Amino acid sequence: MDFNKDFTPLLLSLKVAGIATIIVFITGMMLARLFTKRNFWGKNAFEALFLLPLVLPPTVVGFGLLILFGKNGIIGRLLLDWFDFQVIFTWIGAVIASTVVSFPLMYQSAQAAFSTIDQKLEHAALTMGASRWRVFWTISFPLAWPGLLSGLILSFARALGEFGATLMLAGYIPGRTNTIPMAIYFAVEAGHMNTASFWVIFIVLIGFSTILWLNWWSRNNFRRYAQESKTDKR
Amino acid sequence: MMLHISVEKKLSHFQLKVDFKILDEIVVLFGPSGSGKTTILNMIAGITHPDSGTITLNQLPLYLQKAKPVPIQKRNIGYLFQDYALFPHMTVEKNIIYGIKDKRGAIESPLIQQLLQVMGITHLLQKYPGQISGGEKQRVALARALATEPKLLLLDEAFSALDQKTRSECHDELIRLYQIWNIPVILVTHDLEEAKKLGSRILFMEKGKVIDELINKQHVELYQSNIL
Repeated sequence: MDFNKDFTPLLLSLKVAGIATIIVFITGMMLARLFTKRNFWGKNAFEALFLLPLVLPPTVVGFGLLILFGKNGIIGRLLLDWFDFQVIFTWIGAVIASTVVSFPLMYQSAQAAFSTIDQKLEHAALTMGASRWRVFWTISFPLAWPGLLSGLILSFARALGEFGATLMLAGYIPGRTNTIPMAIYFAVEAGHMNTASFWVIFIVLIGFSTILWLNWWSRNNFRRYAQESKTDKR
Repeated sequence: MMLHISVEKKLSHFQLKVDFKILDEIVVLFGPSGSGKTTILNMIAGITHPDSGTITLNQLPLYLQKAKPVPIQKRNIGYLFQDYALFPHMTVEKNIIYGIKDKRGAIESPLIQQLLQVMGITHLLQKYPGQISGGEKQRVALARALATEPKLLLLDEAFSALDQKTRSECHDELIRLYQIWNIPVILVTHDLEEAKKLGSRILFMEKGKVIDELINKQHVELYQSNIL
């Protein structure tokens, strides 16, 4: 295999997936927290909207984003008028596509993690005078961490593999929007099977080791909790 | 010290309506499950709010209808939950000093040291809640609730998960603590024996109302003789 490869796809993919994951982690966590704590009118509809990218074909998501962010889209026009800036055909477009597509994974994991925390623990902390902010950082966040971490990793993997919506929004511009999945598709199209195989193997290895690590980690974590409750009992 | 609670709240199967006062004594709320006992504790602690009425502690309002209720954090009420609600990811020491503002050297303070000694939990400080027994958890939770020097202590079925012997030991400890600190205690239980052993007054509850009240003369005398 040829190792004098152009590594732009790797760097670009890491940049896009990394930024998308940070955005998704923070917003997914905050919204999941808000939605597990509060009840309000239209909550179910909002939740369905958040999870929609999970069941829609990525091209549909991409189409929707194109409508929103395109020259004549609501957001696209504002960006163009105010900042003279366009997201279509830029790596930022790829970030937006990856963010929207991986958001449901983070949201679901975070919501599951927060809803398994015993509310009494938070109440106990409050009765001891802790502020809600402190309760979140010292009780809720550490206890939800295993779930949040698995959401983080799944979102990263999803963002790394994002293709359909990215193609619609960011297109394939070598050096600017050619993330690994793009590079694979267009390498195959152009008959560069070697390049395609290289990236395929690469991304399979990343995916495989992610799942392997995640499984190992969660098993280990459960074992630790189980042991804690067994040992040293009188 | 005096707590006065006079509130109404609509629950799923009945209307909760109570009006009673508590002085420096151990008052037991006794009644079947689902009679609204825990809801009363939650309203006093500020976890839930009544639909109407007032709750005052030492003449200061905690809840007044149409006014913004005092938030949980500002009420300074110790609450011991049914399953203790110890923080599983913190050591016993971190659990106990969680509510203390100045953490440095907090564990060495006279109050905490006395609590640790009375409860006999000094040797558990570096353990995690998952590593100690039910009775030990109960003592740690009680020490934690008292560490912030609350003006009132709420105990929700705090002894129900313990075996007979440990339960009896924990009862004695509660009485001892009560004699030392002398703060009002409200204890929720559905164990009549426990109610009689600990309560200076027992309020019998059913479907959200106090249907009977029993003054435990023996206890009143016992407490007074010990305090004086």
